[in-house]
Amino acid sequence: MKQDLILNLYRIMKRIRLVEEEIALQYPKWEMRCPTHLSIGQEAVAAALSMCIRKDDFAVSTHRGHAHYLAKGGSLKSMIAEIYGKSTGCSRGKGGSMHLIDKDVGFMGTSAIVGNSIPIGVGLALSAHLNFTDQISCVFLGDGATEEGVFYESVNFAVLKNLPVIFICENNLYSVYSPLEVRQPKGRKISKMVESIGATSLSGDGNDVTNCYRIFRNSVNSVRSGLGPYFIEFFTYRYKEHCGHEYDNNLGYRSVAEFETWKKRDPIELCKKQLLETDLSLIRKLDKIDQIIKEEISDAFLFAQNSPFPEPQEAFSGLYADS
Amino acid sequence: MKMTQIITYAEAIQQAIQNAMDLDDGVICFGLGVTDPKGIFGTTLGLEKEFGKKRVFDMPASENAMTGIAIGASLNGIKPVMTHQRLDFFLLAMDQLVNGASKLHYMFGKQLNVPITIRLILGRGWGQGPTHSQSLQAWFSHIPGLKVVMPTTPYDAKGLLLSSIFDLNPVIFIEHRWLHSSIGEVPKGDYRIPLHSALQISSGKDITIVSMSYLTIEAKKATNFLKTKNIHCDLIDLRSIKPIDWKCIYDSVERTGRLLVLDSGFTTGSVSGEVIARVSMDLYQKLKSPPSRMACPDFPEPTSYALTKDYYISAGDIAKKITSILEVPSEEIDNFLPKPAPHDTPGDYFKGPF
Ligand SMILES: Cc1ncc(C[n+]2csc(CCOP(=O)(O)OP(=O)(O)O)c2C)c(N)n1
Ligand SMILES: [Mg+2]
Repeated sequence: MKQDLILNLYRIMKRIRLVEEEIALQYPKWEMRCPTHLSIGQEAVAAALSMCIRKDDFAVSTHRGHAHYLAKGGSLKSMIAEIYGKSTGCSRGKGGSMHLIDKDVGFMGTSAIVGNSIPIGVGLALSAHLNFTDQISCVFLGDGATEEGVFYESVNFAVLKNLPVIFICENNLYSVYSPLEVRQPKGRKISKMVESIGATSLSGDGNDVTNCYRIFRNSVNSVRSGLGPYFIEFFTYRYKEHCGHEYDNNLGYRSVAEFETWKKRDPIELCKKQLLETDLSLIRKLDKIDQIIKEEISDAFLFAQNSPFPEPQEAFSGLYADS
Repeated sequence: MKMTQIITYAEAIQQAIQNAMDLDDGVICFGLGVTDPKGIFGTTLGLEKEFGKKRVFDMPASENAMTGIAIGASLNGIKPVMTHQRLDFFLLAMDQLVNGASKLHYMFGKQLNVPITIRLILGRGWGQGPTHSQSLQAWFSHIPGLKVVMPTTPYDAKGLLLSSIFDLNPVIFIEHRWLHSSIGEVPKGDYRIPLHSALQISSGKDITIVSMSYLTIEAKKATNFLKTKNIHCDLIDLRSIKPIDWKCIYDSVERTGRLLVLDSGFTTGSVSGEVIARVSMDLYQKLKSPPSRMACPDFPEPTSYALTKDYYISAGDIAKKITSILEVPSEEIDNFLPKPAPHDTPGDYFKGPF
């Protein structure tokens, strides 16, 4: 794989990581007053996809959507402002962290209800199909969402109509504090199960960004050329608590050993190692990348903090679309 | 040994489930997070340990199927208590609830009955936003065959939950998240509060206030303040949204001739609308002024801190409304009942999670 490409993957992941870490740092000032689900540890899948799709492709996501929004090209400033509840936010303060949107880049929204955006993504794929375009639709979901009936119904329809959709399941082993073993039968392979519905299905290491990239390059090509839906299950891990800025290993629902094992396979560290193994002098380049990202992030936070709140009366407008 | 204790609303819920499971081996308790370290805001803590994994369990994120499964089990001697951390998550299960649970007894000529209890928690504050804050008791009360309760105090929470669990019909049991840490005196052991009884909290000749759930807390502040201004309110906490205790409301309105209904749901099609409709039809002659209501605006709850400032009804708003109905001055209300700040938490004591 070309070095430039890997550097780009590194940059996108690192940007997501540093944004999320800044949110975690600022959160206890209690100015971002909405439930916030961080993607720290889960950056690779989003970053890899972003290098394989076009701006006019669609994506939808979940409560844990920051990484997906940024990877699709969503405006950083608008996202941070939204989390701060400002009028310059991507949903004008109506939606918060769990309702991100940037239509300019085909990011068509996230939902706070598990499974809720899955059929929306399929509907966007249907629209591409009806409009005779070669756009594809990317549906991000968690392992928990595969337990909702709407997931099966959506995959079924996508397969039935051979729609240009990729279901991207980030299996981080948990739904809130509930491990897979209290939710799904032992030995279940989500990708195998979905394969039997008729979607081309794969699973892969979601912390190895170059591996994710290879998987996406093939699957995006296939879906775009009309060969029908894909389902990809990526194994990955969230570091922070389900919702909020803190670590929660003290609660005991997952073991410190498990956490440490995953941290040793940190997607950004793995990628960095891969780069430096080929060329130690890249370290300066990486530092430079980090520096540029940090400046962008600090600009975005300043923008958000200095933006005005919406007027309280705004709450009582915007219910219906005007003709 | 003392027969009562001072405990939180969350502990009262936990005790009700514990007592019910003790009394009847058929009672089971499940829902997303029921066995997790936080135990649904403390309401299910310790149950798995005491009653075992068979009767107390976490579940897949499959709200519709799990509701149907509860219904099926209930047809054969099981009394399921299912919990959702937000009412909004239960909306995925409307088919099983509305086309199933509510109708099986009627539709099969009284041969089946569905003794399930569904606990729903209403979110509010800290940017819960459009899909984590909906107070949809009106939806459920619209469906023939369902019972709907919304307890306000720890005492009522326990007594009503025990009654709900042992009722022969499906009961929607709605808890406001801002009530979980409130405290009150609660009897030990089993006691029941009928599922059709309102509670008169204070009596006064000037106006009847009908309220529900967390709004009753705000209404109490308002009516206590007004008492110092020589305005005396009949404050009625509905407790049961379906069936409604009409006698309690009618007796009061007959005495006061005035009515204000407080509703945590959206305005249009709300329970408050039903109360006002019936009172207007049945007690028209007794009314001294048009009935009024205060409910949430017909807009989703926005997320931004700035946007929720005027969204919810506070004690000051209620007091002002009452004075305007009675056509008396409202001057000191802003001083004594200022808008809470920050307005998106129930108080400094509350440290989340939401
Ligand atoms: C229908 C519904 N049920 C339950 C919830 C509560 N909830 C919010 S996030 C979440 C976890 C979902 O797990 P998963 O899909 O694996 O996503 P992850 O949080 O791990 O990214 C749950 C259960 C919800 N928002 N919607
Ligand atoms: Mg998960």
